[in-house]
Amino acid sequence: MTALVIAEHDNSSIKPATLNVVTAAVQCGGDVHVLVAGASAGAAAAAAAQISGVAKVLHVEDAGFAHGLAENMAAQVLAIAAGYTHILFAATASGKNIAPRVAAKLDVGQISDITKVDSPDTFERPIYAGNAIATVQSLDATKVVTVRTTGFDPAAASGGAALVESLSAVAASPKATFIGSEIARNDRPELTAAKIIVSGGRALGSSEKFTEIMTPLADKLGAAMGASRAAVDAGYAPNDWQVGQTGKIVAPQLYVACGISGAIQHLAGMKDSKVIVAINKDPEAPIFSVADYGLEADLFTAVPELVAAL
Amino acid sequence: MKVLVPVKRVVDYNVKVRVKSDGSGVDIANVKMSMNPFDEIAIEEAVRLKEKGVATEVIAVSCGVTQCQETLRTAMAIGADRAILVETTDELQPLAVAKLLKALVEKEQPGLVILGKQAIDDDCNQTGQMLAALCDMPQATFASKVEVVDGKAKVTREVDGGSETISLMLPAVITTDLRLNEPRYVTLPNIMKAKKKQMDIVKPADLGVDVTPHIKTLRVKEPPQRSAGIKVPDVATLVAKLKNEAKVI
Repeated sequence: MTALVIAEHDNSSIKPATLNVVTAAVQCGGDVHVLVAGASAGAAAAAAAQISGVAKVLHVEDAGFAHGLAENMAAQVLAIAAGYTHILFAATASGKNIAPRVAAKLDVGQISDITKVDSPDTFERPIYAGNAIATVQSLDATKVVTVRTTGFDPAAASGGAALVESLSAVAASPKATFIGSEIARNDRPELTAAKIIVSGGRALGSSEKFTEIMTPLADKLGAAMGASRAAVDAGYAPNDWQVGQTGKIVAPQLYVACGISGAIQHLAGMKDSKVIVAINKDPEAPIFSVADYGLEADLFTAVPELVAAL
Repeated sequence: MKVLVPVKRVVDYNVKVRVKSDGSGVDIANVKMSMNPFDEIAIEEAVRLKEKGVATEVIAVSCGVTQCQETLRTAMAIGADRAILVETTDELQPLAVAKLLKALVEKEQPGLVILGKQAIDDDCNQTGQMLAALCDMPQATFASKVEVVDGKAKVTREVDGGSETISLMLPAVITTDLRLNEPRYVTLPNIMKAKKKQMDIVKPADLGVDVTPHIKTLRVKEPPQRSAGIKVPDVATLVAKLKNEAKVI
């Protein structure tokens, strides 16, 4: 029994999500191999070899892997899939993009977003945006899974001494080409990876007030900024800030909800946060039913006060 | 160019589902069902492509029970020209749906297949990518902008931390993210018009597809419940609690 983990990397280093996936792979019970497919990714392969619990690193070089295009990545995984009982990806934008292509070509079902390994073929995963937890069993010989990183502790990034083996690359597909990327270069952490999130709701009343009230709090806490669907629909905050069932699912250490009433679809996106703070002037707001600390107050005075007190 | 848009009938996003007491699943009897929100965005995008003169026909497809006809009527009220229901009461998992859709792609030969990135019931996020792989088509998942020029689709997609733009040779598969568009409101005249549009019904066996599940659900349970914490009287107490009790700042 051997598991293959598809590493996520920027060619020079391994992204943290891969460490959580290695932990899930170890729990599947066999040896763990890591595939590093990239362009000039020698440093990433060397870093993968250091990860505790990894027995072997497979390093493949080709320009076609430079931007992680799903067509090329999936073809490479399929080229080496035969020896593995488990193929694991992080449930990130990249992993979700590639994994189903691999599963379909192997004619196996995919198990998405696992949060627990019960046995080598049985896993837990959230459904209905986390409102129910399903225990599912794969009936296939090869298990293709994506791993929700918040469900597993990261493996140690050092201490391992895996063998690095170079493999030849499959031919890149001409059907998809990378044009460019716009990765936000702000100082704020990314919403789904942030340790602290401050989130604003419709009570903020306008885009100007949203910025004026919420930004100082985010700055003070070094937090990512989120918003409720109501705030996004009203145009107070950009779409990609939306936390909820149809937006981003987050699980930070601290989630501060300001002027958010707590609609079901919002709660679905943030209720796995470790500590939830709610600031709302409506004592009946449903957000208080999930908040560890509720402050019944007008956010326009309470939030600046909070900024001053931190 | 035809555009095929698969749509799924799911529990409405405003309904809080309850886990059945026997742990066999969630109770969806007598709850409001709607079109998966991401699929609504997919239909809207296809209809906009038709309005721009890029697409010639928009075909909505749904796989599932008889009631999926309602979902297809909604798709046609938004602007799809006709619909196909692959009717079955069997449990359909993403791989099976992808195989059914592949059979329809072979029949209809669309230039684009646009789907929601995931369904809000099983949260799988698989069908589009699986379809693309089975049809050997390129894919652009989590799309926030789509332009079709010179036989190619230029798609901006949401990735962790920002966005990227890729170019796909057609035919291709696109899956939608929230930012792609805002679906129009369905008007009464359009609902009436949709009732007269063509809807074909086929069975999985007609398409020669085996829909046997590859994954077995052993049980479904409630997530660990979060209980309400405490109310704090003022900001100073809140800060003190966060520092000393929760130790998160």
